[in-house]
Amino acid sequence: MKQYLLAVHYVEGAPAMSDEETQHMFRETERINQEMVKTGTWVFGGGLLPPESSTVVRTGQGGTTMTDGPFAETREHLAGFWVIRCADLDEALAWAEQCSRACGPIEVRPFDELSQG
Amino acid sequence: MDLAEIYRAEYGRCVATLARFLGDINLAEEAVQDAFATAVQKWQAPPPNPGAWIVTTARNRAIDRLRRESTREARHAEALLLHHQDEPEEVGPVRDDQLRLIFTCCHPALAPDARTALTLRLLGGLETPEIARAYLIPEATVAQRIVRAKKKIRDAGIPYRVPAAHELPDRLPPVLTVLYLMFNEGYAATAGPLIRTDLCAEAIRLARELAALMPDEPEVLGLLALLLLTEARRPARLGPDGEPVLLAAQDRTRWNRALIAEGHDLVRRCLRRNRPGPYQIQAAINAVHTDGDATDWPQVLALYDQLYALTPTPIVALNRAVAVAEVHGPAVALAVLEDVDLPGYHRLPAARAELLARLGRNAEAAEAYDQAIALATNETERAYLRGRRAQT
Repeated sequence: MKQYLLAVHYVEGAPAMSDEETQHMFRETERINQEMVKTGTWVFGGGLLPPESSTVVRTGQGGTTMTDGPFAETREHLAGFWVIRCADLDEALAWAEQCSRACGPIEVRPFDELSQG
Repeated sequence: MDLAEIYRAEYGRCVATLARFLGDINLAEEAVQDAFATAVQKWQAPPPNPGAWIVTTARNRAIDRLRRESTREARHAEALLLHHQDEPEEVGPVRDDQLRLIFTCCHPALAPDARTALTLRLLGGLETPEIARAYLIPEATVAQRIVRAKKKIRDAGIPYRVPAAHELPDRLPPVLTVLYLMFNEGYAATAGPLIRTDLCAEAIRLARELAALMPDEPEVLGLLALLLLTEARRPARLGPDGEPVLLAAQDRTRWNRALIAEGHDLVRRCLRRNRPGPYQIQAAINAVHTDGDATDWPQVLALYDQLYALTPTPIVALNRAVAVAEVHGPAVALAVLEDVDLPGYHRLPAARAELLARLGRNAEAAEAYDQAIALATNETERAYLRGRRAQT
C-alpha cells in the first residue's frame, strides 16, 4: 500500500462560493470521508483556515524568527487535504476525482518510501 | 529474420513480460538488453521461438543479477521473482503484458511528450538518439523525458495493469492519441524531410499489435484502418522534387493496394459494430478517398458532418470546409472558414488562399498565401506554398 496526499487549493481573489456551493462541498466532503473510513483508505484529513492565520518559524544562527503570513509567495495556497492509503495511483486518482467534485482541483502527491506506512 | 528484425518485433513484448516478473521497468530493460547481447554471441541462427528464448534468458540473467546485489529493493524483487516461479512455466512473451505496458506508458498522469517517448523506447525498442532524430529534438531532452516518466511511474505508483472495462473510455483515448501523433509526426513532419518513415512504420506496427490485443474495440480498429489508408497513399503523396501532390492529382496506380484492401476490410468491420467514433469516421473518410477512380465528395462531406458533431474542433471544421468546397463550391466553403479560428496554423490561411484563388480573387489569395508561408515550419511545404502563390 502507498500513501498519497490529496491537496485542496484556495486561490486568492477567486470569487467566493455561494451558500449552496459551500453546503454542497461540506455534504460531499463528509460523504467522501465516511467512504474513505469504511474502505480503510482514510489516514487523516481536514480543512485549513485562510493563509492570513499562518505563522512561519525559522531557526538560524541568529536565533529563531517568526513572521506573520504564509510561507509560499503565491496566490494559491493549501486549503485542506486528505492523506489516504491505497494500492496504486489509479485508486488515488479515482478518489481525487470524487474529491474534486466537492472541492475543486486536487493535487495528488505520493509520500516518499520512508513514509509509506 | 535477422537479429535487427527480431529485436524490433520482440523487444517491447519481452520488456513487457519482464516488467511483470520484476515489478520494475528499468530492471526489465536491462535484462532484455543483456539477453539480446547474449543472443548476438550465441545464436548461429535464430531459434524457432526467439521471443521465448529472450524472455527465458532475460529472466535467468535478472535472477543472477539480483542474487549478486544485496539491496533491500533487490531482495524484494527476488522474492517476487521466486513467487512467480511457482506459476506454470511461461513459453514466451505474454500478450496481456504488452497491453499492461502500453497502458502504463500512455497513462494520463504522464506528460503527453513523455508518453510518446516512453512508448517508442519501451514498446518500440528505439534508442534515445533514434527518438531524438525522429522528433528533431536534442537527445538530452528525450533522455530526460524518459527518465522522469520512469521515475514518476515508480514514485507515484502508476500501476502495471490493463484498465477495467469501465475505465477504458478514459484510458483508451490517450493510447490511441499517442499512436496517432506518432504516425502524424512521421507523416506530416513539423520540420525536416516531409516524411519520416520509421515513425510511421512503428506507429502502424504498434496499432496492429493493439488491434490484435483488443479486437473488440472499434476505435482501435478505426485507428489502424486510418493509419493504413493514409500510409497506402504515401508512394503518390510527394512529387519528384519532394513537393506535396494534392489528392485529386495523385497517381492512383502508385497507391498500395494491399494496405487499402486491409483498411477497407477494417472499416467494414467497424461499420458492422455500429459504435462510431472519431477514428472510425476518419478511417471511413479515407476509405471513400481510396475507393474507385475518384472521391465521392458528398459522402465525404456527410462523414465530416458526423465527425464534426462528435468532435467539434477547429481542425475538423477546416478539413470539413475542403469537402464543402468540393460539394457546394469555393464561395460556400470560404464562408464556413470565416468561423474557424486556428491561430498560428498555416493550413487555415493556405486553405483560404486556395479557395480565393479558385474564385479569381487573386490579390486576397496572394495575401493569404503570404500568411501561410510565414506560419509554415516545414521548408518543403513553404516551397510548395510559394509555388502556388506564384501561379495566382
